[in-house]
Amino acid sequence: MAQVTLNAVRKVYPNGAEALEPSTFTIPDGELCVLVGPSGCGKSTMLRMVAGLEDITEGEVSIGDRVVNDIDPADRNIAMVFQNYALYPHMTVARNMGYGLKNRGMDRGQIAAKVREAAEMLNLTEFLDRRPSQLSGGQRQRVAMGRAIVREPDLFLFDEPLSNLDAKLRNQMRIEIRALQRRLGTTAMYVTHDQVEAMTMADRIIVLSNGHIEQIGTPNEIYEHPASTFVASFMGAPPMNLLDAEAGQGRVTLPGGEVVPQAGVNGHTGAIKVGIRPEDVAPSAQGDLSFNVDIIEELGAQRLLHGKMAGQDFSVAVPKDQEAATGEMRLALKANAVHLFDADQGRRLG
Amino acid sequence: MKRAAFGHIGFPILLLLPQLVIIAIFFYWPAAYAVQSSFYAQDMFGFTSTFVGAENYTRLIDSTNYINALNFTVIFTVLVTFFSLGIALLLAVKADKVIRGAKTYRTLLMWVYAIAPPVAGLIGVMLFDQSRGNITQLLAFFGYEYRLGVNYWDTASAMIVVSVWKQIPVNFIFFLSGLQAIPQSVREAAMIDNRSGTSRFWDITFPLLAPTGFFLLIINITYSLFDTFGIIDTIVKGEPGNNPLTLVYRVYVDGFRGGDLGGSSAQSVVLMVLVLILTIVQFRFLERRIHYT
Repeated sequence: MAQVTLNAVRKVYPNGAEALEPSTFTIPDGELCVLVGPSGCGKSTMLRMVAGLEDITEGEVSIGDRVVNDIDPADRNIAMVFQNYALYPHMTVARNMGYGLKNRGMDRGQIAAKVREAAEMLNLTEFLDRRPSQLSGGQRQRVAMGRAIVREPDLFLFDEPLSNLDAKLRNQMRIEIRALQRRLGTTAMYVTHDQVEAMTMADRIIVLSNGHIEQIGTPNEIYEHPASTFVASFMGAPPMNLLDAEAGQGRVTLPGGEVVPQAGVNGHTGAIKVGIRPEDVAPSAQGDLSFNVDIIEELGAQRLLHGKMAGQDFSVAVPKDQEAATGEMRLALKANAVHLFDADQGRRLG
Repeated sequence: MKRAAFGHIGFPILLLLPQLVIIAIFFYWPAAYAVQSSFYAQDMFGFTSTFVGAENYTRLIDSTNYINALNFTVIFTVLVTFFSLGIALLLAVKADKVIRGAKTYRTLLMWVYAIAPPVAGLIGVMLFDQSRGNITQLLAFFGYEYRLGVNYWDTASAMIVVSVWKQIPVNFIFFLSGLQAIPQSVREAAMIDNRSGTSRFWDITFPLLAPTGFFLLIINITYSLFDTFGIIDTIVKGEPGNNPLTLVYRVYVDGFRGGDLGGSSAQSVVLMVLVLILTIVQFRFLERRIHYT
């Protein structure tokens, strides 16, 4: 068990491209920390540097109270689960799981016991003598998990472990991984591009974009107080609506003259971005904002109304029991619905 | 397998016919002819032939020359196969790790492949030449008198060295592509599981290369047995004398130089049976241990 600390860790590739700007954060012992961001944002690079599969250009990575920069991956006491499982195709499930232990010089009886224990935990007992090619995708993913568990590592590293599974299995494995990590109490870093995975699994989320950290926080903090327009639009489905507006005379005005309620501008003037989540507005005859519905998307549990507000794209989520029709309607804001961002940098205001 | 919808059995046969005709003309017919003529003795000019039963075969078993050639062929094949596979694997593993200038390295290593066997033999002859050969001179410097074409094992080593050298590029290309087909993530998983690079190679990389290795083993044995003809011919210059000969080269020497077509045919039949047994053994016992993924 250990906490993980990155101290001004930076990655520059030999061709000069900076994959990761100097990043500093600590993951407390036993937490599951999700690194999330679009492809190419540097999240996998960060994970691979912690694993020791990628050189660290600058900065220090510590696992526990040990700086691991110059320590071989095999000696960092970590376990990694890969996207395509990375099982050894010529070994049985049991040997796949026991390989790391064998190389640590553990005796056969002890290895067999640990493998059996992990296999029971993951419902793999009947497959121990099979080869990976004889297993389904979900079973292979479990074997990869088993291989990680038997090592009893200080740190689990997950590199998009669920991306190769179908949607139903993914939901199920998501819960299993989360439950398992809780039960074992092992610190974990989990890379994904799927914001739903990030929101549902994480104790703490690190949102990355273009090689820098946009925000670090609990799922709730990230959702309620996105630090930038990037985080606002990346986290949450459907994404937050972002509208161009003007601040002045202590209020925020949409193009066309409608005033956005709840918006305190703190003396900010000029161009501004207004963020409103689709689920934070509701149709109401006395609403302050006008909205023109073009398309209605049925999602079963709710409906999404897509259309225009003040000439800009806007979406509204309404519960399934609420009737909706295309055309003009008025919207009322729920409490604390308005987020304001700087128009140039996209940073949160206030 | 899905059954194709052919209305009549004649059509698929028609499609297969060119291939079958080629195999029949260039393989089955000469093979059958060899079997037939191995039971006959022909006169010097090939006008008459007499049925002699198994005499051509019994003559082979009694011939010390033939047994010597058989022994040498076994040694030659084992050494050439072992070294050409081993060295190529080593080069491929090293080249696979090179990141900068990888293409140049690879091209240089494959270059030898483009050289025709007789030319390779000629280069070998020049290197090992009695008076001017660089290797001869090098060995002389260390006090060893190297005599190509005179000393049996000196000649044999030249044959082996040149044959190995000629075969390395082919093996190298296959091993390299085999290595590159191993998923990066599997190697990385192994790096986390095992600190020692050497033991990772034998535990993970080598077994995953096994299908490539098995294929190359068969190719290399066939190469050593048959395709080294050009190299051997250049080195012994058609003058067998006391020189080491492989079975294939003896078939040629006895049949076309010695005019003993019957004996030569008997030798080819023996060779054919040997290769058949070898292939069966390989597929029966070795391939079982290999896992194609």
